[in-house]
Amino acid sequence: MMMTVACLPLPVDETLEIKKNRFCPGNGGNGRRISVVTGIHGDELEGQLVCFQVAKRIRENPERLLGTVDLYPAINPLGIDSVTRGIPGFDLDMNRTFPGAMEGSLTEHLAACVVQDLVGSDLCLDIHASNIYLTEIPQIRINELHREKLMPLAMEANVDLIWVHGANTVLESTLAHSMNSLGVPTLVVEMGVGMRLTPAYADQLTQGIFHLMERLRIWKEEEIPVRTPVVSEDPDEVTYLNAPVSGIFQKKKNHGEHLKKGDEVGIVLNPYTGEVLTSMTAPGDGWLFTIREYPVVDEGSLIARILREPPGCAG
Amino acid sequence: MEKEILFQIPSLYRDDFRIRGYRFGQGKKALCVVGSMRGNEYQQIYTCSQLVARLKELEGRGLLKEDQEILVIPSLNPSSMNIEKRFWPTDNSDINRMFPGYSLGETTQRIAAGVFGQIKDFENGIQFASFYMPGKFSPHVRMMKTGYENVEKAREFGLPYIVLRVPKPYDTTTLNYNWQIWETNAFSLYGAATDTIDEESARRLIDGILRFLASEGILKEGAQADPPRESRVFTDRELLAVRSRKSGILKSLVGVEVKVAQGQLLGYLLDTGEGRRIEELYAPLDGTVFFAHSKPLVYANTAVFKLLAGEEPFRGER
Repeated sequence: MMMTVACLPLPVDETLEIKKNRFCPGNGGNGRRISVVTGIHGDELEGQLVCFQVAKRIRENPERLLGTVDLYPAINPLGIDSVTRGIPGFDLDMNRTFPGAMEGSLTEHLAACVVQDLVGSDLCLDIHASNIYLTEIPQIRINELHREKLMPLAMEANVDLIWVHGANTVLESTLAHSMNSLGVPTLVVEMGVGMRLTPAYADQLTQGIFHLMERLRIWKEEEIPVRTPVVSEDPDEVTYLNAPVSGIFQKKKNHGEHLKKGDEVGIVLNPYTGEVLTSMTAPGDGWLFTIREYPVVDEGSLIARILREPPGCAG
Repeated sequence: MEKEILFQIPSLYRDDFRIRGYRFGQGKKALCVVGSMRGNEYQQIYTCSQLVARLKELEGRGLLKEDQEILVIPSLNPSSMNIEKRFWPTDNSDINRMFPGYSLGETTQRIAAGVFGQIKDFENGIQFASFYMPGKFSPHVRMMKTGYENVEKAREFGLPYIVLRVPKPYDTTTLNYNWQIWETNAFSLYGAATDTIDEESARRLIDGILRFLASEGILKEGAQADPPRESRVFTDRELLAVRSRKSGILKSLVGVEVKVAQGQLLGYLLDTGEGRRIEELYAPLDGTVFFAHSKPLVYANTAVFKLLAGEEPFRGER
C-alpha cells in the first residue's frame, strides 16, 4: 500500500512527496514493524535494488509475512531524480538535518516527517552507498553510544564488517542518531559505491534483512543463513591512506582483498608526463574494506581504509 | 603590509590552490579576519578586499599600531569561487564544516588544519559569514553561546544587533565555534548579501571593524572611527518567523531594517501559472524586519521574513 510520508507543494506545478510502500498481512499482522530507508543521499543508489528485492520477495511469498514492512526507497526524491547528493535548491546534506522541525523550513519539515513516520518501528535500516568516490564492502557502522542495543541486531544482518566508531557531535544530526535517540534501533549500512548498483551486495543485504525479519517475527521461519561479520571496535585498527599528491589514481587492489605489508594498493600518475607520481602501499597486513573508485584525486583525497589483522571469517 | 601565501596545495590540472593573507603590523596577534569560505560568498570576499584597502591606507598614513598584528584572509577557497561552485570542487565538502581540521586527513580537512594552525592564536577573530537560505540580514554580529562568547567585546563593533545562537551539532566544526574553543574572541559578521555585492552593507561592516580596532587600541590617535554605538543583544530564538504556507513567486513589500506594524502586509505570493495572489504575508507584531528572503521563488514553510519585536534603540547611518 503506497502511503505519503511528507508532502509539500513546489512553486511550479509539482508536489514534493516522500512515499513509502507498506506491506502487511490481510489481518493487519502482529504489530511488529521493520522499516527499510534509503536515498537520503541522492547519489547513493545501492539501496534501490535492496528495496526492489525485498518488495519482490514479499509479493512472491505473501503467506510468510507476519508483521509490517515499510519500504522508503527515496527519502530525498528530488536528489535521486536530479543526480544530486544533497537536497537540490538548498545544497544541504539531508543527513545533517535530523531530527528536523515540523514548523521549520522545507528541509527541516521533511526531516521531521520522516522521523515521525519511523517512530514505532522495531528496527530501521538506513542504507547508504558511500559516495561516488569510494567503494565499500557491506558493513554496518555503529556509534559507540548505541553499541549495546545495536550490536546483536547488526550481527544478524549478513554484512561483512561491523565498524563501531566514536561519538562525533556532527553525527548527532543524522537520521540514525535521531532514531536511536528516540528508541528506534537503527542500523546504518554502507555498501558499494555511489551512482552504481552492485547486485551481489543487494542479494547479500536482502538476505540479511529477511533473516532479521525472521528474528523479529515479521517473516515466517525460513532458516535463512547469515555470515559472521568481522567486528572492529578499536579505532587504531583502521588505517587510512590519503593521496600524498594530486593526480590520477589507479587502483591495484580490489576492496575485500587481504593485503600483505608493502602490497601496492594503487598509484597516482601524471598523464602529462607519463610519470608515476607515487605508489601507495599497505603499511601492514590487513583487509582492504574501502578503496577509491573515482580516479581524480587532490592531495589528501581518501584512497583506502585497511583493517589491521586479516580476518579469517570475512569474504 | 605583507602579502603572503598561508597555505598551498599543488594541483595537476589547475593552478595551485593558494590561500593568501595580508598582514599588517608585527607582534601581538590582535585580529584575524576571514572572508569567503564558499564559492558564492562574493559579498564576503568583496568586503574583505575593501577592508584590506582601508587598512593599507591607514597603514600608509601611520595610523595602525606597528606592534599589533592584523591578518586578513579574503578567501579560504579560491578554487571554488573561480568556477562558481559553492563547495569544494572535487568532493563538494564544506571547508566551514572541517574545523579544526586534520593535517593528515582529506583535502578540506587539510585546508582547515593548515589555516587554523596559523590563525588560532589571535586574540580576536572575525568571519564574514553567510546563511544557507538566500536572504538579506540587518548588519549584525553573531556569536555562538559556548560559554566563551564575549558579548561586551561584540558591542565594540557598534553594529545594530548582536545575535546569540545556541550551537547545533553541525556548528561544532565551524571556524567560529573552534576559534571560541581555542579562546579567541570569535565574531561572525553578517550583512545584507552573499552572492551579490552590496556596497552599503560592506561599508557598514568595515566601519564596524574600524570601531572595533579603535576600541581595542589597534588604531592610533587620529584615525577616524565613529565611536561605538549601542547594540541590541538578543538570541536567535527571539526572532519571529513569518512563514509561507504555499509555494510561488515572492513579491516583497519591505526590506531589512524597516519598521513594520502589526497587521501590515509584508509581501505576497503569486501563482506561477496564473499570476494571482495565493497568499499574503502579514506582520504578526510591531517590530523591525531583521531578515528578508531574497530569491524570486519561495517554497512552502520558508521563513520569508524574520521580525524582531519592539523598538530598536539603534539609529544608525542609513
